[in-house]
Amino acid sequence: MVASGLVDAVLLGAAGAFVLFAVVLVYRIVAGPTMQDRVIAVNAIGTNAVVVLALLAAALDQPGFLDVALVYGMLNFLMSIAISKFTVERGGVI
Amino acid sequence: MTVTELLVIALVAAGTFFGLVAVVGIIRLPDLYTRAHATSKSDTLGILLTLGGVALVFGADIAVAKTAILGLFLFVTNPTAAHAITRAAYDQDITPWTKDDAAPRATEGEE
Repeated sequence: MVASGLVDAVLLGAAGAFVLFAVVLVYRIVAGPTMQDRVIAVNAIGTNAVVVLALLAAALDQPGFLDVALVYGMLNFLMSIAISKFTVERGGVI
Repeated sequence: MTVTELLVIALVAAGTFFGLVAVVGIIRLPDLYTRAHATSKSDTLGILLTLGGVALVFGADIAVAKTAILGLFLFVTNPTAAHAITRAAYDQDITPWTKDDAAPRATEGEE
């Protein structure tokens, strides 16, 4: 670990900024207009959450958060693929 | 302040900037396909830069390997997910935005 006070502050500030981005993205979920717009916004919020978890793992010196981030990223990807696959009638998305 | 700390701060700041670009794109761009373009490119670059900064903080540790795996995974899956969603939308006949759609909106703004 090389983290000093300033680096920790920068990491926590970046985590707060990404949380703020996620809150702003809720506007796209509410406004739509199509269902796919909402899926893309939820996907972006999920990736933001993964980045926040990684930043917190570095700032708070908790490497266990990285495992949570990995699982969250996989679930996020599965969510997008499943929704895009099952909304098409023939299911031939990938 | 060491060189590593400066690198970490620069990488995290650049990653946050590209995250902001992605959010502005998703909120402001006119249709689904342009929004997917914003999230799949800017967001992926922001994630990779931020995770690079996180990996530098951990120094030499098993956590660096986890961060690298996380970055590689997101680098592959984030554009793939956006591609799958937009392809599903195209199969459902959601028409892409064109310049003709922009013309009436521009005159509305002027009036």
